[in-house]
Parts: sequence; structure tokens; C-alpha cells
Amino acid sequence: MAVTQLIGARVQRREDPRLITGHGRFIEDHTLPGLTHLAVVRSPHPHALILGIDTTAARALPGVLAVLTAADFHKVLSGSMPVTPAFAPEKKYVPERFPIAEREVCFQGEPVAVVVANDRYLAADAADLVHVTYEPLPAVVDPEGAMSPGSPLVHTDGPDNIGWDMTYAGGDIDAAFSRAEVVVKERIIQQRLAPTAMETRGVMASYSPYSEDLSLWLSSQNPHFIRLFVSGAMGIPESRVRVVSPDVGGGFGSKISPYPEDYLVPAASKLLGRPVRWIETRTESVMTTIHGRGQVFTAEAAALRDGTLLGLRLTQVLDLGAYHGTFGAFQACACLMSGGVYRWEAISARTVGVLTNKVPTDPYRGAGRPEGTHLCERMVDRMADELGMDPAELRRKNFAREFPFVNNFGLTYDSGNYDGTLDRALELSDYQGWRQRQAAAREEGKLVGIGLSTWVEICGFGPSAATAGATGGIALVESAQIRFLPSGSVAAYVGTHAHGQGHDTTFSQLVAETLGVPLEAVDLRHGDTAEGPAFGYGTYGSRSLSVGGMALYTASQEILAKARKLAAHLLEASPDDLEFTAGAFTVRGNPQAKKTIQEVALASYGGNLPAGMEQGLEAVSHFDPPNFVWPFGAHVCVVEVDRETGAVEILSYTGVDDCGNVINPMIVEGQVQGGIAQSIAQALFEEVVYDGASGQLVTGTMLDYLVPTMNELPTPKLDRTVTPSPTNALGVKGIGEAGTIAASAAVINAVCEALRPLGIHHVDMPASPDRLWRLMQEAGR
Amino acid sequence: MIPAAFQYSKAGSVREAVAQLREAGPEAKVIAGGQSLIPLLRLRLSQPSHLVDVNGVRELDYVHPEGDLLRVGAMTRHSTLVRSELVQRHLPLLAEMAAQVGDPQIRARGTLGGVFAHADAAGDYPTLAVMLDATIVTDRRRVAARDFFQHLFTTALAEDELVCEVVFPMAPGPHRYIKFRRRLYDWAIVGAAVQKMDSGWRVGLTHVGPTAVRAAAVESRLQAGATFPEAAGAAADGLEPPSDVRASADYRRHLAQVLTRRALEQAA
Repeated sequence: MAVTQLIGARVQRREDPRLITGHGRFIEDHTLPGLTHLAVVRSPHPHALILGIDTTAARALPGVLAVLTAADFHKVLSGSMPVTPAFAPEKKYVPERFPIAEREVCFQGEPVAVVVANDRYLAADAADLVHVTYEPLPAVVDPEGAMSPGSPLVHTDGPDNIGWDMTYAGGDIDAAFSRAEVVVKERIIQQRLAPTAMETRGVMASYSPYSEDLSLWLSSQNPHFIRLFVSGAMGIPESRVRVVSPDVGGGFGSKISPYPEDYLVPAASKLLGRPVRWIETRTESVMTTIHGRGQVFTAEAAALRDGTLLGLRLTQVLDLGAYHGTFGAFQACACLMSGGVYRWEAISARTVGVLTNKVPTDPYRGAGRPEGTHLCERMVDRMADELGMDPAELRRKNFAREFPFVNNFGLTYDSGNYDGTLDRALELSDYQGWRQRQAAAREEGKLVGIGLSTWVEICGFGPSAATAGATGGIALVESAQIRFLPSGSVAAYVGTHAHGQGHDTTFSQLVAETLGVPLEAVDLRHGDTAEGPAFGYGTYGSRSLSVGGMALYTASQEILAKARKLAAHLLEASPDDLEFTAGAFTVRGNPQAKKTIQEVALASYGGNLPAGMEQGLEAVSHFDPPNFVWPFGAHVCVVEVDRETGAVEILSYTGVDDCGNVINPMIVEGQVQGGIAQSIAQALFEEVVYDGASGQLVTGTMLDYLVPTMNELPTPKLDRTVTPSPTNALGVKGIGEAGTIAASAAVINAVCEALRPLGIHHVDMPASPDRLWRLMQEAGR
Repeated sequence: MIPAAFQYSKAGSVREAVAQLREAGPEAKVIAGGQSLIPLLRLRLSQPSHLVDVNGVRELDYVHPEGDLLRVGAMTRHSTLVRSELVQRHLPLLAEMAAQVGDPQIRARGTLGGVFAHADAAGDYPTLAVMLDATIVTDRRRVAARDFFQHLFTTALAEDELVCEVVFPMAPGPHRYIKFRRRLYDWAIVGAAVQKMDSGWRVGLTHVGPTAVRAAAVESRLQAGATFPEAAGAAADGLEPPSDVRASADYRRHLAQVLTRRALEQAA
């Protein structure tokens, strides 16, 4: 699709005046008559048996309406929380998970009881008065230790701690290594991260015993899936459950999977016959919202001395936490993407999901792809170092260049131009200039490093052929509905749900452009299961534009097809003789014979219709993408490490990305910038820390969990190349996770190169001053 | 993040504040700017029975030069210290420290007296007070800074005693405070302060132990004519710094030396 008036325009975000003036409506902004407040009593132990729960004192507090435990919830909830299959490994153990613990708690923060009271303060006070008697059990904290046969069990009734174990074989790995002239090995840790959305989680529920229906307000990236899961667990027909996700203050993947409170709050509403609201505190958020990453990789790469990459053999030990995250297995895609943008003869990747007594891990911005990219890009840099080659040259020597490119695991990269983004990134970053400055700095004893990351991403989830099996039956296609109202205003419903992505703007641009109506005429609606198509699939995995946008596009094409027939009828012409430009149908050769689409819309509600045509002008469409989409890019980071303190200063950061055609460049730049920030946060700052002996969370507040601010982050130099996707008619790919996938490798490669003169090959994340100082001390000995 | 219930009263004068504290009993606490106390309340790490709000005690918001001393009222906000011409002229190191406290909102709200009463090991002003031998004036007595800070979050204050003023010696000479931190608005992982006086250098360290430390060994080496690097090498002598998720004790000892040397070099 060509760049036209609205497509490709830097339209200012329509949602911003509301959001930045404090008029967004988040969960805590919603209330109901007679609202009650819920607080969760949580296990202070990472692992313990529950011997007894004494609720007497809590119940006695005036204003407390109920103290509920598992026994109460069994009356209104059934089944285990969902876990999608994602793949079928040789070995699999999935512990059952009821939303509230009954006999045994398996992570610190697991719900044990809930209190419902007339106000939030009372609920918190009463929660402190619930007395739970525990018998502490050994806690399993380290995933590698948890794999050993002698390890304590995460669940006392489990067979072992292995959630899954499987190996992806992509080619003859032994043959590839047998030809190796150079082999490099590394152990790479992906620390646990807390997603830290600005709006914590929150749930408000109202169950009506008279109409037997449930309304749920919930901060979610995919309200329809929540409706599916909660209606099933509560035994309420899906059609009688309404889930509303209003403005969502960030998610980063942490608001995809259902949480215990998503069940406990509506169940409490049903048990009490009152509306109930729960708002997660920040401490609860760090402790009980899913964590991202949490993996230990061991890898070895083989190459010829001329730099030809041969083979990559790796093991991913994934710290699942106490239960499988609903979409936790998705993180194994780090293995499938570990080959990156390069041609390898063979890759062998074993993934082991290991249970530990910690909060579950689940997709977090990038979800497997940052880890795969980090691993691949680190190994390529290690190889370049070993071979004495410039890291840019080694990359170039091995780039995939013919598209579609089928990787070692049979995934088909739709389009790419890896030389293009690398060339532009090297130019924009002044790579050669930095190489000279680096040499001069090294002469002075300064530690300056330049790091590259040439990345590719699988996103746009996803084709039904690949995704229906992975989710256990529901294909991750997307739905949209577009309606012309008689006045000519357009209501567009889409099954994705923005939580910062600016869909209100981008999708409205797309619909307005396609239908030829003013931007102001389009009302983009999402986040309410009572509106629009039957099912929506949500926003995650950089899918909204390439799947949801395409559903809007195909719905608009259906509308145009019907409008063309009606316009032809009104203009007494053949549909084939009509042209549609700038929102109006004209008869070819007779520009005076003209009907705007809004005139056609009004007419569609009247009586003068062609024979057999029904009233109305609306369409529902589902888009099932034929492939994933494959954005890519090249990032360059320059750092200086303070030799005395170990502090890292980013001297320059450049990102050149390619996500195909772009609807709104300003929003794309914002996404890339935010993604880079979040990935630099992983590289240098953030880490969820558990005490290894006690299993207690150490980084429970924002004082200890170091989310960087604007002050600590560089302003990246950004550019794009445009290689349209052949996968969809819009030629678009995804961009929401790109920066997160790209940046950590660029930063750490730069830090490692800076430290290389001291004999240091590898640095784990976060590359904190203390860690780098210790490495330099050890290297100096 | 939901505080426990507490009683609340406002005081308009030192006399009122002390009377209210006395009446409310031993579980009462004073709230000034609240920038440290409110997070503790929200985490329920502190559950006072009663808060006496001293934000209305206007008589304690002042900066008074007096001879060769600078008297600073306890209710003086950080932002006032940053802007104060008197502070900049007579004790610019205090203004330099104040400018590095928290973020603009914290500086607008937080008070000098609150920092002293709270006695966080990572507080900045206690370092200055200890190294310059400042005096803390309460509603009933005067206490030397070295005696005031007893341990982590522990001072010489009685339960019903109010910090009213801190008296610093004037020190307009070369000075520098280096606050090493991961994020601009963080507490110091380690801080090093140096001030040149007529009598020689004074050196203080932040967050290398339960209370602020005067680096006497560094001072005496400088007095004896050591170079800055030689003198700074003694900055870790006798320190028992904490190990936490930010930094190990060893690293803090190392930073104490590096930052002291840099502060001396930058001040000179």
C-alpha cells in the first residue's frame, strides 16, 4: 500500500490529551454502588505446608464482611488455571494450580486467604490479623540446582522439578562441529525481570445473582481470553460474562495470562453478592506479577577460521517458578530464534523448563526473542574476538541474503535486508570514527567498547496453522468489525487492546485512509467484550498491526465492496465503472456523477437498495496471517567503563530498524525508544533478586529494583529502512518489541569489548558497577 | 502499600509539637516533609500510633549567619538550602549536597531536620555535620553531631524531643561532595565529602557504616603532607560498610577511597 495522506503521517496520538492530563480511566478510577474492597493474605514463605488458618480476629474487625479461604472458593470456582501447550515435549510435568493455596504454598506471595471489607484500609488491617500456621519446607531457588536428582521438590507431590525437557534439532549438529576450526563456549545468564507497568494490576467484579451474569473490569492486554478462562472456571456461560479493560497503564506482557485475583475477585463477588475491587500494591506487583526472562544458557558455536559459521549448540534452562505461566512455554522460542540473521549449517537447542519456589515467569516484552538474540549476538562477538575479525565483518559474512529464508527450524523469514540496516547503522553511528576514537582512548588506558546487535524477530502471532495447536485450540488470528452509522460516523472495533501502543491513533489512520473518511469520523473501540466481534485475541507479540490492522483492513474492503454496489445503484452505473478516490465513488468519465461514502452509508439505511441487498453498511472480518512477520535491524552502542568504579557510561546509541511499511513514524520511534530503554534497563540496572538460602524476595520495592529513569538513559539516534512484508496487503511488520530485542546485546557486547584489554570475555547482566569492579579485580590478579 | 491507622495532629509551634508528642505517648512520631516516613508507613515498616505534623512550625524555617557559625532551622526545605544565598556564601558544600537530594519534588518537601531525626545511613547532611563538628539543637539541649547519631535510624533524641536547629561552622573554602549512585534520584551507594578549613581538610563519608563517618585517617595524612592519592588510600581504614543488593562491603570500601581522592582533586 502506498504512502498516502494518512498512512505514514506523524499524526499526534489521539489518546494523549486524555492520558497526559490525568483523565485516563484505569481500574481504580472505576467504582460501583456498594463497592467492597478485597485484600489478599499471602504466604511469607517460598515453600510451606498450611497447618491452619485462624480468621477469628480478622472477622471480628468492624467493617470486615468476609474472610475467605480455598474451602469457600471451591464452591464457586473449579479447575486448574490454564497452561497452553505451546509444544509437545518428550517430558512434561504441569502442576495443578487452583487460584488460592489450600494445603501447600509454593512461592512467596501465593494467596492463602482474602479479606473483603468496607474500605481498602480496613481490608489491609484485617489481612494482617489473619493468622496462618505454616510448616516451612525447603525452598528451591536455583533452577540448575532444582534439576539435580537430590534436589528438594517444589511441590511435595511432584515427581521431580522438571516442567519440560525437549531438544529442537535443526540440522546435523555433529557434522557441523566436526568441521569446526574454532569453537567458542559461553554461559549466559538472563536474570529475572519485573515488568513494572505503571498501572499495577487491578480487578473489579460485579456478579448479579438475579440475572446470573458477571461484569469484570480488569487491567488486561486480552480481555476476551480472560472472559473465556473466568467463565469456564465459574461455570457461567461465556455470553453472560462481560470483561472491560479500560485504559491500561502498561503491560509489557505481564497482563496477558490470567492471575489468581482474576478468579478470586469475581468469585468473592458471587459469594458475597456485592461488587468487589482489588488493586495490586507495588510490592505485590514485584512479588506476584509474573517475572520475565529467568534463564541460564550454555552455548557453544563452531566456525571455520575464515569466519564461516557452522554450528550452534545450546541449552536453555528456564526458571518457570512454582507453576507454569499460562504462556510460559512460549519463552522457549529463544531456541528457535537463536540462529538470528545468520546462515548456520546446524543448530541444536535443548530447552528445559524447571520449577522453582518463585513466582512464575511468563512472556515479558520480547519473550524469548531478546534472549535468543542476546545469546546469538554474544556468541557471534565471541567468535569475532577469537578470530580477530571485526564484528561487523563477521556478521556480514554470514548474513542470510535470499528471502524468503528458511531457518534451521523450518521457520520462513518473509523479507529482509540485513546489509541495508547494518550499513546505515554503521554510517549513522560513525562506526569507523568510533573505532579510531576507541584506539586513541585505549592508548590513554581508557576502557571504550563498541557493541553491535544485528537482530531479527518472529512476531505477528500468528498463523492458525502454527498457533491453534500451541494454545490448545484457539488460533491467534484477529477480528475486527467496522460499522458505518447513518450519519456517516464510523465505529471500528478490533480484538486487540492497546496498553500504550497508540492504537486509537494508528488504527484510526488506517481506517480513515482506507474508507476515505476524515480521521475525526473514526471511533476506534476496543477492550470491552460486550462490543464488536465475538472474540478478540489481544495485544502481545508485536501482532496488533500486522494481524489486527489487517482484520480492520479486510473489514474495510468488505464495506467498500458493498458500498460500491450501492453507489452504482444510486448513480445508475455499473459497479465496474466506478472509481473510488478521496472517499467518493465517481462514474468513470463523468466526475459530476458522484456519491461520497458517507452519502452511501446513509442510503444504506434507506429503502432504495439494489435487489437482494440488506440494509446497513458494516462488516466483520477475521484475518488469519499466512506467516509470521520478521522485522529486523542493526544497533550500535558505544560505552566507556570507568576503570576505577566499574560504572558504565553509554557514549552513543544508534538503532536502525526495519518493520516494513509504517502507518505512523512518530509512534514507531516511540516504541523503538521505549524498547531500547527497557533493554538497557536489563543490561545495566534491573534484576529481581531472591535470597539463595531463604528464598525470600530481596528486591521488593522500587528502591531496590532499579528501574532507570530518563536521566540514566541515552537519547538514541534512530533511523529506518523499509522492506515491506509480503505476508500481508499492508506490507507491515511489528515494532513493539524490537528495541527490547535489539539493545541488551549491543550494550553488553560494548561492555565486553571495553573490558577485553583486561582479559575479560564475558559479562552477565545487569552489568552493575560492583559486578564490573569485581571482574576487573579478578582479571588483575 | 496501605498504611496502618494512626492519629494525626498539627502543631503550630515547637512548644505545641513537644506537648502533642508528650501527650500522644511513646509510639508517636513527628512528620515533617515525610519523604522517608511515608514510604515506611506505606510498607507498614513503621506503624506509629500518632503523627505530629510540624509542617506548620514556621519558626524553624530559617538560615541565620551568626559570627562564624551558620544556624539552619530544622524545617528548612532542601530546595531552600539549594537556593539560599547565605548557604551558598557561608557553607556552599551544604547547598551542593542539598542539590543532590532526591528529585525536585522531594527537595521541595523534605527538610533538613527530618534528615537528622531519621538518621538513614545513606543520608547526606549527617556526613557534613559529623565532619564539621556541627551541633544539633533540640527543644531542650545541644548535642554534638558525633554524639547525636548512634546507630542505623537511631539518634540521641528522646521520644518527645524535637530537632530544632543545626549549627554548622562557616566554611566558604574549597569543597566537594561526590555521591555515587546508580540513578540520579537514588540514595548514595557511597558518598565522599571534603571541605578545606583554615585548620586543614575535613573529610566525611556517607553510607559506609550505620552512621556517617569522619575519615580522620585521611585528614591526618593530609595534615602530614600526604598527596591526595596517598591520603585517600586511608579512607577505608576501620570501615564496616554494609553489603546489600546495590553493593558489596568490599566495593564500598574501594569506592570510599576512589571517591575521596576524586573529591579532593576536584575541590582543590
